[in-house]
Formats: sequence, C-alpha cells, structure tokens
Amino acid sequence: MSKRTPLYEAHVAAGARMIEFAGWEMPVQYTGVLEEHKTVRRYAGLFDLSHMGELFISGPDALEALQYLTTNDAAKIDVGQAQYSLLCLPTGGIVDDIVIYRLEDGYMVVVNAANSDKDVEWIQSRLRGDVTFENRSANTALLAVQGPLAAEILAKLTTTDLDALYSFEACRGQVAGVDAIISRTGYTGEDGFELYFDDQYAVQLWTELLRVGTPLGMAPVGLGARDTLRLEAKLSLYGNDLDENTTPLEAGLSYFVRFEKEEFIGREALLEQKAEGIRRKLVGFVMQERGIPRHGYPLLSASGEKVGVVTSGSVSPSTGKEIGLGYVQSELAVPGETIYVEMRGKARAAEIIKGRFVAAKTRRRP
Amino acid sequence: MYPVELRYTKEHEWVKVEDGNKVRVGITDFAQSELGDVVFVELPDLDLEVETGDNLAVVESVKAVSDIYAPISGIVAEVNDKLSDSPELVNQDPYGQGWIAILEIQDASQIGALLTAEQYEAYIEESK
Repeated sequence: MSKRTPLYEAHVAAGARMIEFAGWEMPVQYTGVLEEHKTVRRYAGLFDLSHMGELFISGPDALEALQYLTTNDAAKIDVGQAQYSLLCLPTGGIVDDIVIYRLEDGYMVVVNAANSDKDVEWIQSRLRGDVTFENRSANTALLAVQGPLAAEILAKLTTTDLDALYSFEACRGQVAGVDAIISRTGYTGEDGFELYFDDQYAVQLWTELLRVGTPLGMAPVGLGARDTLRLEAKLSLYGNDLDENTTPLEAGLSYFVRFEKEEFIGREALLEQKAEGIRRKLVGFVMQERGIPRHGYPLLSASGEKVGVVTSGSVSPSTGKEIGLGYVQSELAVPGETIYVEMRGKARAAEIIKGRFVAAKTRRRP
Repeated sequence: MYPVELRYTKEHEWVKVEDGNKVRVGITDFAQSELGDVVFVELPDLDLEVETGDNLAVVESVKAVSDIYAPISGIVAEVNDKLSDSPELVNQDPYGQGWIAILEIQDASQIGALLTAEQYEAYIEESK
C-alpha cells in the first residue's frame, strides 16, 4: 500500500496524474511536463515534496555524530545555514545525498524519500555520543516554491525578510500564519524556497500559495518537470546518477568531501581512490545527432568500444536539445570530447559539455 | 470519440485506408494522452519492409519510450518528416498532422482483422 501526502486529494482535484514513486503516490504531472517546466523557468512552480524525509539530530555530541556520518564539514554550518552533504559506505559508495540544516536546537537532515528507511537505519545504528535522534518525516510537510517570481509570491504570505535570506540559508518564520522553516534552497536551478512545517497545515498552505501565486503565473508542478529541471541544472539524482556503487569523487562532488576532517565513514576508501586516480567521471553531454539518451544506454567511443553508461537523459525543455548525464572513462571525460550514445543499436554522437545545461539563477550571498 | 472511418490495434495505433493499396498509420488519442508530451519520434527508413508486429517507429515522451508496431505488413512509402521538428503534433492532432507513416500493403484482407472504432473503445474501457 503506497503512502499519500496530506495533499493527495488536492493533487487529484487539480487534475494530476498520480504515479508510484519511492512507495508514495505522487503527482507526476498536472497539465504536462513541458508546460510545467517552462512555468518554473518563467514564473514559478509549486511542488509538494512531503514524501522526503526529515531527521532531527540534537544533543551535546550532535556535531561530532554528523561529522562521522557525512563527508562535508558540518562544523562550517552556522545556525541559519544549510549544507549539501553525502552519507557514504566504508567503500566510498554513496548511501544518500542530503541537506543538513543547523537550527537553534540541533540539526535537521533532509533525505531522499526513496532512501528514507535505509538512511534512518544507517544513521541510527552509527550515532555516537550523547545525541537524540528523531524521525519527523511522517508529520513534516515540505512545499517548494521555485522560479524567478518565488520571492515575490512568498513575500505576500510572510513578514519574514526574504531579502536577508540567500541561497542555502534558512530561518524560522510564519507563512500564512503557519510556523515554518523557510529555506532558500531547491532542486531546479532557480531561485526559490522550501518550506518545512507541521503537515496538518499542508492543505492550508498549499491553497494559500496557489491563491497568491496563480495570478502571477505560478502553477503546481509534478515530479516529471522536477526531473527535467534538475537535469538542466546538472543536479544529480540519487538512484539515477548516484548510488552505492558510485563515489562522490566519480560523481563530481569532491567539493563536498572534506578530507581535512580526521574521520568520516568512507574516508580511507575515498582517499585511496583519489590517490590512485579516478577511473570514471560523471559528465553532461548534449546530443549532436537526434535521439533521447536514457538511463542505462551504453556510451561508446569513436571506435565503438563501450566507455560508459547514461545515468539520466531527456529533452531539455528550455533549449529543445537532447541532454544527458553519464559516467565515462576519465580520459574521455573532457569538455568538447565527442562520445556516442547507443540507442536501439545505433551510435549517436554527443558532445561533452562543461558546467550546467542551463545557467543557475540561485541567489548567492555576495 | 474514436473516428469511425479508422481501424485500430490493441497497441493503440490507428490505420486509415488511403487510395489504392496504401494505409496511413498513427497513434490514437488515448495513446498520446497516456504518453504525455511527445518530444521525439524516430521514423522508419523509406522502403523498409515490415511484417505485422514489427517495429515501425519509436515515440518518446519526456518519461517513456514507446515502440510503434506495424499494424499491417507492407513497405514504408512515406513518413511524416514534420515530426522530426514538431513531435508535439502527435499530441495536438493524433489523427491528422500527427500521422507517422504510410505503408504500401499487399494484402488488404489484413485490414479486416483490425478493430473497429467501437471495438477499440470497448477494449480501452475494459483495460481501464
């Protein structure tokens, strides 16, 4: 029996097509993936992400526990800041990619819905010292407002000074009278916010956001467009681009692995991989010949030898080009290099690009 | 809802008998709606010879890859090149500008084996 967020009825009433995702019945689209994608890039989109997991770690040794569990340096997170980080296996393989918030009274770790149960087990059995662990996923709702008009829309429902909040910063505040953690984060490459709050207010907040946002062009957006948006922004998706057999170094996430920390799970294996050299790397590529790369399609060299595999792919709704992510042998993982995607027995040329497919518009602290 | 002048397959293709020994092939309104936004159509080569049930084309939406099978044996006489740049025609006008290919057929009796609009509609209702 799949789980439902408190907004299930609201999605169905809005005409959403519901699919099973990570054990949840979630909206994949309302009006259509392409239209919803463009709405986010042009105006703003409203996402129900209440399926994601929110884990709270507090107590005197909370920081130390997180330092051991995660690859990034959690000591650098001040109250009001968020940090992208990774949970790794001792082999260096990725257990999950996460966002850690430091709150006044501890840390909130936000995990992928598909990994939530696994992460809870993983973290709980490896906690050290005097810490309290609490899984608040079941009664935490998460809504995201993403797009160039996100701040204008949210400002209509809150007195919190949103101008004071930059990318990967968060504060407590009220939105439409509901207590929430207001976070300037997202998974679209756009400026935007994520709101964490008690799930009994989910329908109320969803309705209020639509009421003030719809006149400005905002619309609800499903998981389909969430995927194309994150792909254009070259943000990895766990289960597609990241898994227990890939390491952060291969995935281009070295920046989030802080070897200056003396100890964390996976450190030795990752250090060894770094010393030996990284054999394959995650790259972004744009198709030169027509065709849509799909997860699992082989990547070939000019001579037809298998040199990697596609992990994500789609048409880019913003550019109309077919784009993808995939792991290739490091020698070929060079911007400008031509690789080939095998589609239905035919090799189609693609060019490896540097950076994102569509420039990010997140609001960075100057 | 399903044009009565067309014949249908359980794979959600439609077939329109044109003049002479040619049939036009596309996917149904039900199929395009299930697929969602069509973003790529791989058309067959001209003169490709296909048997009933062979791969004729591939229609891709953002999320799904769908094989389109030959509803009848024949030779590919024409393809809808417009779909290369405007795959959305499959969504917008599945029975008109969104057609996929024209087959030259040898055995017109195969058409009789295809579903009528009424039968196809009943099949859709059943499988819901």
